[in-house]
Formats: sequence, structure tokens, C-alpha cells
Amino acid sequence: MSIQTAPAPGDPTAETWDVVCLLDDLLPERGVAALVHDTQVAVFRLHDDTVLAVQQRDPYSGANVLSRGIVGTRTVDGTEVPTIASPMYKQVFDLRTGTCLETVGQNPRHLRTWPVRVVAGVVEIGTPA
Amino acid sequence: MTTQPATAQRPTTGDRHVVVVGGGMVAQRLVEALRDRDSTGTWHVTVLAEEPRAPYDRVALTSYFEGRDPEALALGDPALWKDPLVTLVRDALVVDIDRQARTVRAADGRTWAYDELVLATGSRAFVPPFPGTDLPGVFVYRTIDDVAALRGWVEQASERLGRPARGAVIGGGLLGLEAAGALRALGAYSTVVQFGTHLMSAQIDLGGGEALRRLINSTGVAVRLNSTTTRIRPDRQGNARRMDFADGGRLEADVVVVATGIAPRDELARACNLPIGPRGGVVVDSGCHTEDPHIWAVGEVACIDGACIGLVAPGYAMAEVVTDRLLGGAAEFPGADTATKLKLAGVDVASFGDAFGTTPGALEVVHSDPVAGVYKKLVLSDDGRTLLGGVLVGDASAYASLRPMVGRELPGDPSAYILPEGGAPAEGLELPDDATVCSCNNVTAGSIRSAVTEHGCTDLAGVKACSKAGTSCGSCLPLVKKITGTELERAGIEVSTALCEHFDMSRRQLFDAVRVTGLTTFTDIISRHGRGRGCDICKPVVASILASLDDGHVLEGERAALQDTNDHVMANLQKDGTYSVVPRIPGGEVTPEGLLVIGQVAKDFGLYTKITGGQRIDMFGARLEQLPDIWTRLVDAGFESGHAYGKSLRTVKSCVGSTWCRYGVQDSVGLAVALELRYRGLRSPHKIKLGVSGCARECAEARGKDVGVIATDKGWNVYVGGNGGFTPRHAQLLAEDLTTDELVQVVDRYLMYYIRTADRLQRTAPWMEEVEGGLEGVRQVILEDSLGIVDDLDEAMSRHVDAYQDEWRATLEDPDKLRRFASFVNAPTTPDPTLAYVAERGQARPATDAERDGTAGPVLVAGTTLEVRS
Repeated sequence: MSIQTAPAPGDPTAETWDVVCLLDDLLPERGVAALVHDTQVAVFRLHDDTVLAVQQRDPYSGANVLSRGIVGTRTVDGTEVPTIASPMYKQVFDLRTGTCLETVGQNPRHLRTWPVRVVAGVVEIGTPA
Repeated sequence: MTTQPATAQRPTTGDRHVVVVGGGMVAQRLVEALRDRDSTGTWHVTVLAEEPRAPYDRVALTSYFEGRDPEALALGDPALWKDPLVTLVRDALVVDIDRQARTVRAADGRTWAYDELVLATGSRAFVPPFPGTDLPGVFVYRTIDDVAALRGWVEQASERLGRPARGAVIGGGLLGLEAAGALRALGAYSTVVQFGTHLMSAQIDLGGGEALRRLINSTGVAVRLNSTTTRIRPDRQGNARRMDFADGGRLEADVVVVATGIAPRDELARACNLPIGPRGGVVVDSGCHTEDPHIWAVGEVACIDGACIGLVAPGYAMAEVVTDRLLGGAAEFPGADTATKLKLAGVDVASFGDAFGTTPGALEVVHSDPVAGVYKKLVLSDDGRTLLGGVLVGDASAYASLRPMVGRELPGDPSAYILPEGGAPAEGLELPDDATVCSCNNVTAGSIRSAVTEHGCTDLAGVKACSKAGTSCGSCLPLVKKITGTELERAGIEVSTALCEHFDMSRRQLFDAVRVTGLTTFTDIISRHGRGRGCDICKPVVASILASLDDGHVLEGERAALQDTNDHVMANLQKDGTYSVVPRIPGGEVTPEGLLVIGQVAKDFGLYTKITGGQRIDMFGARLEQLPDIWTRLVDAGFESGHAYGKSLRTVKSCVGSTWCRYGVQDSVGLAVALELRYRGLRSPHKIKLGVSGCARECAEARGKDVGVIATDKGWNVYVGGNGGFTPRHAQLLAEDLTTDELVQVVDRYLMYYIRTADRLQRTAPWMEEVEGGLEGVRQVILEDSLGIVDDLDEAMSRHVDAYQDEWRATLEDPDKLRRFASFVNAPTTPDPTLAYVAERGQARPATDAERDGTAGPVLVAGTTLEVRS
């Protein structure tokens, strides 16, 4: 179901880019799950239409649910960063870096992130080499 | 009297043995204090209680009428009586003390040896010597058994007579007024007969007494002053029927409560020749020691400074004194604080310090407003600065702040404390550290402050647990809360009511703001009242507020992004990422056809099924992409969303009621169905559960619900503020004998008032602790419209009822909303490949990690094999 395209010039981290959906398929400040090379990825559209992707698997519960969390913002060191709160046990992660910002008393566990680009209204996820 | 010391019982634990005669509140406090402070376990304490139960809260006896259980009167931690160093002997009436042998003997011959003996026998009701006090239908008001017998008599008399019983209370003091209120609560007519010129003449002056009489009248209790009862006459059956007075007057009375005072139970002390006070009571010194070096006396039986004191707080102080002395200390009784506060069916009365202005040169500042039913008086020293005492009738809100100031200079103009809105100037009042705030437990302002500064308490609950302040009668709680708040601020601990980093407002403030500004989108609300783009705390709160205010679909437009996943997909997230599905089964009533549909759906989709505590059926293991198919089947069969996922009405649990049950007096299922259909979909700060029982047997466990309705012969009683869960609470009686229409209106207003004013995730029980005035405050708002908002509340609820639509049906009809149920945006019907299940007891359950690894035995059932079987 996924369509592969050539690597984007200028983005050294990604070897292949996979189309997952249209930007219009995404609701602002809500996520969807996507299958990218059999890996489950959570894709989020922010209020300003930026699209970000992290792993779908919640590292604390082991369930594939992160796309169903609440998108928000949190002030970290004076900067406002976009966040996702896990719907399972409410840990909060930085959507850009995957860093766990609120561990709810657990050890910090971070998320894998994927590069995302939106080309002519089409959302593509990059897979590093 | 001969004794056999050889057979006297002695405990096997503890080096020394203290025996307490009497099982009242003061005895309980002594045991508590001793076990708390005797760190080396030197003492074994044996309590010989005459009543067949552990010590209970006699001060709250009247609340036994308000539908509370005897257990609700329990004092302290019941584990106290399981301590190996504590023995509680019930049904032990001590009849003899042998001071030489140091033994006590009970009526049944059991004997205990003591090293030290504490007399805590308390008082008996004093019954004046006129004819007729021994007739059936004449009661005293002292123990749970007295109250239970009175209750039984009134109920039987009303039935026998075919009309409400006529009740009279002899004595217009604290206890008499409580008893009169209790008679009213039982549905009897009630008249207070007072010997003197005004009510509560021992505590308040004539002016206060007059204000109090008007207030008592307004609660439906008649008052007859200046009346000396000369006899009670029987009817032909020999039951109490009529009272005669010295002035020739008469009063018909089917039940008479004698509340003319108390007399110390000093007969044991008299029998063993201990000195007795001029008006009774065992004479003790300031260390609570009697003449015998091994015998002490505490509480109402102790005659200290020449008098017995019939209040619990001084008794507690004596218990602490004896505890200290038993442990080698030299504590002395600090003198009695005779302040009292009465709360009776909405009538506030308080008196403290020198209430009668007997100090030479004392000045009085009086504020009297007969229209508002308020009388307040402060007694000040001759320079008008030092507070000596006071009387508050009709509004005792200043009591908690003023009482600890007795003997101290009042800052500012004294009249400011008693003028209308008198609570306000007390804000600036800074109590000295040694001022007693909680007189029940003798806790000073300093101890409350140190609970914050030294013991690190950060909220009222913590301070209560740490200092014990406010844990008995609770009248000082507003002050404890204020001191705690001030101290937290001072310590730099933020007492923030802010929702989260995005909103500085509490939920209640935000609710009001949104209601006033009329904003309807999150973007508008956060840019006007907050900052950033929100989070998992404030977004669902805003969603709930918007749902309460204008009833659009919870998934409409931008609102979809505000919801937790449960509300977003209208199902309950489970540990493996699948959901559970709960169709509404109003009142727990379901047809066989309905059951078959649920069963067939569960079977076809491979769902695990379980009956819930709310009388419905939960189906587990539904994958996101299956939810619309499951609900299509359920909606087609006439089911609708059960809102098991929402902070909203869950269920109205019911028993089968009068339609089938031999004992039911009302149709509880019918009412439960009606209530569930009325409040379905109502969004609130937390989940709400209701219950309806068809008779007093209470099979629906309605008092464990936020709103519990219990049928009576005359209609419905409604209880509010109960819950199960982490901190179980019994609901409290809000209103009685309502018709169904009245009931619905009361519940409408209660729920809407809660929705508007509670904090985020605050259930009704903690809300009622914090809302202004507690239960009584809620009653005034919704029954007497003290805030002038009931029309608004009624209107809001009727808007909800009119606008209700089934969220699931609406979702199935909207292709746009259905898109969110795709498992993957690029593979909408592919199941999550990691789901794995194991069969257990004939159904599926998620596989454990060990089972997934293959390190555990059972065979896996792959998620996809649980697909629809056709």
C-alpha cells in the first residue's frame, strides 16, 4: 500500500521516503498510525500544520497506542515544545526528539523518531539507511 | 465485700495494668493517647464498657437519625482495639471497687486486678422527680440504644395512630434542641418545653435566646417557655399521652423526651468512700487524681475545680493529663473551654468564653437583626480591646476565628467581626501560636503551622492526619484550612489552583469564564484565557466544559482533538491497546432479545465478556477498526452508547423494586430507567453513578453512589456524595419523602451545581467537603435558592435533556467521523499485528510477555484468528 520514492536531496538521514497519507487525512493536533516497512509509526499534525512522527509503541505499556494520545505543548527551558501524552499511563514525550519529558515516576524511556516531509500536500516518512 | 484477688484477670502483656471503667469518648481518647505515647509498651490498658459496643461519637448522636449507620458514629481507628496491649470488654457493668486488693468486679462476677484505675463512667440523663416519667413513650437521649428506642417508638406510634406522632422535649438546652430536631426528622410534631425564660439559657443570653427561638420555630419546632412540667399522664393503654404544667396548661404528647440535664455516675466512687463534690462527681485535683493514689477520674464524672463539666473537649484534656501522669509526667488540667457550637437543621448557635458578660466592667457589642434571624454579641474587657467571650445565633461563621482569640486583644474594630459578612474582616486575624484552634483535640495554631513547616504537609488532608486538628467535630476546619493556606504561602509552597501550565484558572473559574464569554472553540479559549496549545490535562477539561454548556457532539470539529482516546473513539482503552465496549442498559433492565444480541455480537467478534458492577455487560478486546462494525450491530438492535468511557453519567443501579419484590415499596427500576435516560451523556468533572433502592433494605447500594435514591412509604429519600473506589464514602441525606417530580428537580440541580463548581476529576464526595457550607450549603443553594441560581440550573439541565443524541448513532451516520477508526492510515483494516491472546476459562485474554516469548506453555491465539466468524 505504501509508495516508495527516491531519497530527498539534501536530507542525508533518509534513504527512502514512503508516502503514508495526504495532509488532509490528518486532523490538526491529532495522530494516526501508519505502517512503514512493517514498523508501526505514529504521525501527528500540529496546529501550524507541521507533521512529526515517532514510534507507535508506548515504551511503558508495550501497546501500540501513541497515535491516540493528546497532542499539546510544554515549556522546556523557556521554549515551547510540541508534546504527545501516552493514552495508557500519561507519560509525556517531546514530539520532535522523542525525549521523555514526564516519566510519571518511572525511569525515562525515549521514543524513536522519523523524518517527515510534506510534498504538495502528501505526507512522506523517511527511513534512514 | 469479699473479693478473690487470686482469680482476678490480669493481662499477659505489659508490665503494668491500667483499668478504665467506662467505654465512652473520653475512655477512647485515653487509650489512644496511651498507645500513642507509651513507646516502651509498659502499660496494658483494659476498658470495661457497659454498652455492647466500642466507644462511639456521642456528640454526633443526632446524626444517627439522619440516616447514618451506627458504624458511622465510630471513633478513631478501629485497629486500636486489636492492639495486643489493649483489651476492650463490652457488656461489663462494674459494680464494685476493692481499693485494698486493687480489683474491680462486674455485675456478672468477672473481676480484674489493676495497678491504676481510671473512672470514666460519664453521666446519666437526669430525670426530674415528677409523676409519669416511667411511662412507655417517655425517653432520655443519651446512648445509641436510647436513640434507637425513640426512633422505633415514634415510627410505631405514627403507624398506630394513623397520623404523625406528637412529640415533646422537656429541656431547651443543647441536648433538648438536638432531640427536638431529631423528632422532626422522624416526621413527628415537636415542641420544646423550657423551664426558664429562653432557650439554651446556660450558654446564651436573653437576646440570643429570642433569636434562637425564632430560628427554631422556622424549622417547624414549637417552643413553650416558662413552663414547669408537673406530670405526664397515660392514655387507656398506659402509654404517655399528655403533659400537665404548673401554670395549668396542657400539651398532648405521644412521645416525651426528657433532656433536663445530666448527673455524674459517681455511685462506684461513693460506694468505696472516695470524696464526692457538692453536686456530685468524684473530686479530683488538677492532675485528675482522686484521694486514692491509684484511682483517677476523667470526663463528666470528675469534679474538678468544684464542678463537673458536661462537654467532651475538657474530658479529652483530662484523658491527656492522666496519660501523661501514668507515663511519669506532671501535666495539669488547663481549665475548661466551655465553648459550644450547635448545628441543628440549619440553625447555627455558638457561645464561647464569658458569654454572659460577668467579668467586672465587661462591655458588650451587639448586632441584632430579627428579620435576618441573626443575633451576635461580643463581650470585651473594659477597655474594649480584649475579647472575653461571645454569643452567635443564626450565623456562627465567625466562631472558628473568634473562639481562639478569647483572652487576647482583637485587632481593629470589634464590631467588624459581627457585622453582616462578619467572616471577612477575620481574614486579617493572625492567631498566636499558643491559641487553641481545635478544642476537641487540643491542637494549637502553632501545631498546625508546624505540620506544614516541620512535617512537610502540603494540603488540608495532610495537616488533619498529622495534627489531628478538625478530626472530631470539624467545626474548626475552615480555620485549619486558612492557617494551612497562609503557612503554605509563607513557606513558598504554591497553593495554586491552576489547571496546568496553560491555564492559571481552576476548572470552576474556567467554567465561569467560558460561560460568560460564550467562546466555543479551544483555540479561542486558550488564546483568551491561557497560553500554548494545551495538554492532556486542560484539553479534556475544556472538552467537558464545552459539552456541559452547549451539548454539541463530543467529536464535532476541533473538539475531537481535545478528547482522551476513550472519548475520542467512544470505548475504553485496555492494556494491550484494544478497547472494551459497553452498551447502555438503563437501570440494569434488559430483555432476553437484548441479551441475545449482545451475546451474538461478542461471539462474532471474539470478545471477552464480563458483567460490570453497574449492572451491564462489558465486552473486551475490540480493535479500533472493529468498533464501527460492532456498534452498527448494537445500534441496529436498539442499543446506544453506555458512556462507560466518559466523565459523565455511568449507570443508575437499581434493585427490582415493588414490581416483583415482596418488600419493595416503590418502583425502583422504573425510576432508575427514567433517571438514566434523563442524565445519559451528561458531561461532568468526573464520572457520576446513581442508584435507586425500592425499600430501606437498600439492595441497590444506593448510598455508595454520587446520588442515591431510597424509596419510603411516602416517596423518595435522596442521598448525595457517596462513592466506592479508593476512598469509599456513604452518601448523606439531602432531602426526604419527595415525589418523583420533586426528586428529579433536586437531582437536576444537585448535578448541575456540581458540574459548574467542582474541580477537575473531583468526585461529589470531596466536592461537598470543599463547596461552601458543605451539605447544608448545597441544601440551601438547591432547595432554598440561596444563590438565586436554581432557574439557571434547571434551564441548563433541560437543555441537556432536549439536546441529547446517541453519540454512536451520530458517528455511524457521519463518514468523516468514521475515518478515525482506521487501524492504520495507509492500511485501514489491517489489525495491529502484535496483538496476541490466550484462552482462559473459555474466553480470550491478552497474552503475557512470557507467553509471547514462548517461554510459557499455552498456545497463542493470534489476534487475526479472532476475526469475525461467519
